[in-house]
Amino acid sequence: MNKPSTSPATVDPKAVPVLEMRGITKRFPGVLANDNINLDLQRGEIHCLLGENGAGKSTLMNILYGLYLPNEGEILLNGKPTKITSPKIAIAHGIGMVHQHFMLVPTLTVTENVTLGLEENKGLFIDVKKPAERIRELSKQYGLEVDPDAYIKDLSVGMQQRVEIIKTLYRNAQILVLDEPTAVLTPQEVDDLFHTLSQLTAQGKSIIFITHKLREVLKVARRITVLRQGRVVGSTTPQEADSAKLASMMVGRSVLLKVDKDAAKPQAPVLSVSNLRVLSERRTVAVNGVSFEVRAGEIVGIAGVEGNGQTELVEAITGLRHIEQGTVQIGSVAIPSDNPDAVIEAGTAHIPEDRHKYGLVLSYPIRYNMVLSIFDKPPFTQGLSLNEPVITQNAKDLIKKFDVRTPSEETFAGSLSGGNQQKVVVAREFSRPIKLLIASQPTRGVDVGSVEFIHKQIVSQRDAGVAVLLISAELDEIMSLSDRILVMYKGKVVGQSEAATAKREDIGLLMMGTQKN
Amino acid sequence: MTNTTKSPSPILKVWDAIWTPLLSVLVALIIAGIILIITGANPLTVYVSLVKGAFIQPGAFAETLTIATPYILLGLGVSLGFTAGLFNIGAEGQFYVGAVVSTYIGYAVTGLPAIIHLPLALIGGALAGALWAGIAGYFKATRGAHEVITTIMLNYIAFALTDYLINGPLRGKGSAPRTPEVLDSALLPKLFSSSDNLHWGFILALVILVGYWFLTQRMPLGLQIRTVGANPDAARYAGISVNRMTVVSMLISGALCGLAGASEVLGRYHYMPAAFTAGYGFDAIAISLLGQGNPIGVLIASVLFGAMNAGSGFMQLEANVTPAIISVLQAFIIVFVAAPAIIRSFFKK
Ligand SMILES: Nc1ncnc2c1ncn2[C@@H]1O[C@H](COP(=O)(O)OP(=O)(O)OP(=O)(O)O)[C@@H](O)[C@H]1O
Ligand SMILES: [Mg+2]
Repeated sequence: MNKPSTSPATVDPKAVPVLEMRGITKRFPGVLANDNINLDLQRGEIHCLLGENGAGKSTLMNILYGLYLPNEGEILLNGKPTKITSPKIAIAHGIGMVHQHFMLVPTLTVTENVTLGLEENKGLFIDVKKPAERIRELSKQYGLEVDPDAYIKDLSVGMQQRVEIIKTLYRNAQILVLDEPTAVLTPQEVDDLFHTLSQLTAQGKSIIFITHKLREVLKVARRITVLRQGRVVGSTTPQEADSAKLASMMVGRSVLLKVDKDAAKPQAPVLSVSNLRVLSERRTVAVNGVSFEVRAGEIVGIAGVEGNGQTELVEAITGLRHIEQGTVQIGSVAIPSDNPDAVIEAGTAHIPEDRHKYGLVLSYPIRYNMVLSIFDKPPFTQGLSLNEPVITQNAKDLIKKFDVRTPSEETFAGSLSGGNQQKVVVAREFSRPIKLLIASQPTRGVDVGSVEFIHKQIVSQRDAGVAVLLISAELDEIMSLSDRILVMYKGKVVGQSEAATAKREDIGLLMMGTQKN
Repeated sequence: MTNTTKSPSPILKVWDAIWTPLLSVLVALIIAGIILIITGANPLTVYVSLVKGAFIQPGAFAETLTIATPYILLGLGVSLGFTAGLFNIGAEGQFYVGAVVSTYIGYAVTGLPAIIHLPLALIGGALAGALWAGIAGYFKATRGAHEVITTIMLNYIAFALTDYLINGPLRGKGSAPRTPEVLDSALLPKLFSSSDNLHWGFILALVILVGYWFLTQRMPLGLQIRTVGANPDAARYAGISVNRMTVVSMLISGALCGLAGASEVLGRYHYMPAAFTAGYGFDAIAISLLGQGNPIGVLIASVLFGAMNAGSGFMQLEANVTPAIISVLQAFIIVFVAAPAIIRSFFKK
């Protein structure tokens, strides 16, 4: 793989770094999130921050952005010690951040979101023409195509991310922090993003890039810093490292980067979807006459560029979205529309793609999140009241089994790191006997070690006779886990193949709507 | 494990639960004090006489608790709505219909022993309140009609309806427009046989308070209601019917408010006057906010509001200031408690 020139040759290691974080320590109740961390960023470089879930990456970046104050340590910008006590101050110093979980207002337009909170907006009337013009310019300059007048809620995740980046550029960011920017992107979008990043560094902007995808690290980084349990455990460069080495640096052991599984032994159909028609949020046809079956003991993967109806398909099957036409059958049960409870009762577990919207109640402790759909059933409810000891023990067991990094089961889901939130959802959905597993982006935001573990769990569910429907924006994940692959494009299933014989290129083409001939 | 705080940060939660209400009351006292100084009164004497009138004078504390009784029930009713993410502004109307219905059962149903008659009248009031709020819940669940609008409309209907009933079909023989006296068998007896008004409704309110705590903190139904309030999408995902919980929450909320009305007529008035205690249901919104939805908080806030109402008469006599200062005081408390709550609820969406 040849590396694109994302970092210009002009980087001088002896120059004063644009950013230096020295001896940063941050404690949360029961957690030492950052432990004497040193990090520096040179002008025009991409510095990758790696580390397992809960290692303290987001915390360190939130400190840089003024969202948290460090307990110890200092920040130097261009060699000058600077106190960053609020995002406002961070922005004023040219620091921009794209958060792991986006911070856009869905009911506002792109332009409104970009200019939100800016001084130029303080008048009585809001001038939308000029900002829209500048957004168009920035879009063009950095290849971040987006419609300034579109509403955020109508945009795909990839588009929303562009808006987040534009937001920082609009504020003249010189230092850009991207916290897991590729977790939600399609391969094509990732390529676009990397192209944008190389343009940014060419202009002298400096980037801190957090990701769990080692391939990306090796592709874009000039330098790599690895964190573990709040500490810097090593630094390296793409020239010196490979995926296996990075993985073991992160996790402290060697990691199996490929899925290890036997051939499937499919049994009777468990999920039958027939001629399904579903509308999107905007009342356009999102799923247009889709039919397929998932049998017990097989993993069916749905590949497709995000926004081609996968989300709506899953929501319709799980009762979260109205079925306009067609039928869904789970086992011997015909599933009525709009009835999530019936789907759960039929023996379905669902890992939702949006863990903040559906998967968790962020203001609940982990122990309640671990029983979200079953707390009213025995043994979690006994007689009239919740059986707290059992609920607590259940959470303790799952935390241990799924290696959720948290001080205790009392911790609020909202204060967990992103990957650990995902593990809570996965742990819960794997914790009860099921017939059908619907896994949407099951490993989104989790570290390589946990990806390995979750993949193993999915395969062992399959081997235990569970029917698995897997939806993932990552073709790699689909290719390596699935037994059968369906490709969705514009609301239709446009292709179908056995995973063993499927070719990556063919599926890639189908995803783009091109039929092979 | 006993720690069942709800906000993402425990520290913030404790701060919210104690300091916001405490600071609100304190700042309100200071501002009202400044107003008193401007009008030429000494705030210290005023407040001392208020405390005397609410707690120390003979029978004062009993009166404070008597007024706190409906406040507790109404405050809990409004709080349950908040727990489910519903803003029940209709507490006042539900309070009225509860009072009317239990009054009617109290005087019109004859020949029953107290052991049946009293519970019947109480339950009748609670059911009436539940029904009244349930209408709003039903329209929210089936048609998406916002409960703020529908409960306000239902308030007006309740006021007009009770007014009509008391001046018409339910009017008693006397010259004043009021219902006949409730029969002895339906009365909530006095707690002490002294001259004060404190009645068993207060004990009932305390029992309900414990039940409220149990429902919201220990029962699966309570957790379902809380989940719907905290994240309706996650609730749906977990198989909890948001519509059903909306209706159920409004029913319970309305039942508590209706029960407050029942307790008021069966324990305190013994009939329903045309000019019924105005505004308790609205004060209850402030009480719920001040109590931060926590039963103990609601209890404390209810006693505080009860004390301000009970002590104002004596304060007027001794310190010679208008009781309107109490309204000013309460208004400021509401502003300061509500402001952070309102701001927070905006950011939660
Ligand atoms: N607001 C908070 N309150 C309490 N603890 C927190 C808070 N934010 C983070 N933590 C804890 O600090 C640790 C580091 O979290 P952080 O989010 O920085 O991890 P991360 O490296 O970004 O992980 P991930 O890859 O999963 O996103 C975790 O143990 C987390 O539970
Ligand atoms: Mg993170």
